[in-house]
Amino acid sequence: MADKRMTAQDVVSRLTSGMTIGIGGWGSRRKPMALVREILRSDLRDLTVVTYGGPDVGLLCAAGKIRKLVFGFVSLDSIALDPHFRAARQAGAIEVVEYDEGMLQWGLYAAGLKLPFLPTRAGLGSDVLTHNPHLRTVADPYGGDEVVAMPPLHLDAALIHMNRADIHGNGQFLGPDPYFDDLYCMAAEQAYMSCEKILPTAELTAAAHPATLRINRLLVTGVVEAPNGAHFTSCTPDYDRDEDFQREYAGAAADPEAWQAFRDRYLAGSEADYQAAVAARCQEVSA
Amino acid sequence: MTNVMDPRAEASDAVASRAEVCVVACADAFRDSGEMLASAFGTIPAIGVRLARETFSPDLLISDGESYLVRGAWPVGTPATGEVEAWAPFRTIFDLVWHGKRHVMMIPSQVDRYGNTNISAVGDYRRPKVQLLGVRGAPGNTVCHPTSYWVPRHSTRVFVPRVDMVSGVGNDRAAQAGPGASRYHDLRRVVTDLAVFDYHPEHGTLRVASVHPGVTVEQVQAATGFPLEAGDEVPQTRLPSAAELRLIREVLDPRGLRDREVAG
Repeated sequence: MADKRMTAQDVVSRLTSGMTIGIGGWGSRRKPMALVREILRSDLRDLTVVTYGGPDVGLLCAAGKIRKLVFGFVSLDSIALDPHFRAARQAGAIEVVEYDEGMLQWGLYAAGLKLPFLPTRAGLGSDVLTHNPHLRTVADPYGGDEVVAMPPLHLDAALIHMNRADIHGNGQFLGPDPYFDDLYCMAAEQAYMSCEKILPTAELTAAAHPATLRINRLLVTGVVEAPNGAHFTSCTPDYDRDEDFQREYAGAAADPEAWQAFRDRYLAGSEADYQAAVAARCQEVSA
Repeated sequence: MTNVMDPRAEASDAVASRAEVCVVACADAFRDSGEMLASAFGTIPAIGVRLARETFSPDLLISDGESYLVRGAWPVGTPATGEVEAWAPFRTIFDLVWHGKRHVMMIPSQVDRYGNTNISAVGDYRRPKVQLLGVRGAPGNTVCHPTSYWVPRHSTRVFVPRVDMVSGVGNDRAAQAGPGASRYHDLRRVVTDLAVFDYHPEHGTLRVASVHPGVTVEQVQAATGFPLEAGDEVPQTRLPSAAELRLIREVLDPRGLRDREVAG
């Protein structure tokens, strides 16, 4: 059976500028931040990003990596709005395709099932249709209501972060919500999963119900072991959101100098450097 | 004869704050709902749905804000402590939204006279003056199940003649979009720090249902950027009963977080 382990650099080396990339998690929850940070270190640009957005979107916006965002919202949860995303929007720096969050799910699902569209009422009557003139409605062939035909959201690549995985690409969530990570993988040509810890397959279900194995290896191209890889978003039960760090991230959007200082301290080096800077910060705070 | 089991029938000696009047107005929006998922955004609506469940709407289902539906009454701003009665990750919530047995109370940044709401962006859509959250579930919520709104600060900035990006669908837009949009469209109430609104049954326009104690219809109109429907005799929003006040103050919000949302 294939050993799909690789590094975050390996993942990013398989991505190219202009690609459409789906990013799993939700808001500021279980985001594949180590993989996102690896994109920040790369020369990738002009990305189309599809996501239920959190700081992944803010960081990629601040680094000028996003050309187009396909989204339903961008939020940091405990901080309602991401200031970096707002700045990019208010500068007219990115193009957006804004969907109702259920439509986004439907688009990923339609892509995964290789369907031309999935029907939904969501969007009807709203300006989601006004600002997305490519959307069409469809008459019910059985005589019912005319509804939106949500087109598939095909992804060149999906990036997700799980609590546990095996080397073959079976992934496990141990927190309260699988979010939509399996749908991102199904919708993608290539799917890359980072995780807190890689374990032998049998150990995954030693203490957890098999239903927690939400990600199936047949959907996964590569597995990256990335401890603390969702930081500063939550990855329960391994760790909660680093609220203090998130406040620093959001606050650094206030002026270019503060943002430069944040980048110098946390984003200038490797992932190991990032984790070391986070650990050092933690020591300072508790000292 | 007075029914002492009905909290509305009890007279209260304690003076209710504006925030507490708002709490019971939010709770009343969930009266007679039966078994329905009650999703509330904001502190005062969160207290309101829990108050409704503790009193006159015992069958409501309430989320812990993460992935479980939880029974019982726990203080706002603290983790849920009651019995878990369902696992409801986001995709289950999405299913319930489209299924329809859900009543949401959202916080709009803009509202117009037909109940169209905006939580997406203010100004030119391509380059907004103010980028907000994004439409989230508002388009789907409003065409699939009952929707109410909570406006903590009633002003002409929120109540505008025309919203910049229709996220939640109003009565006019739902009717224009046809049965696909209007079949399950059901706007219920708008509760603000000044008043409670419903919609005129024929015109579909916002109507003052009651004003909070100490507020006049004229004041409400002055804080609203479009003409409001109002009858000749607009009643006062009902006051919390003694039992309701006790629940709010001792059980549901002992730290007084409600006063940070609405003062006075």
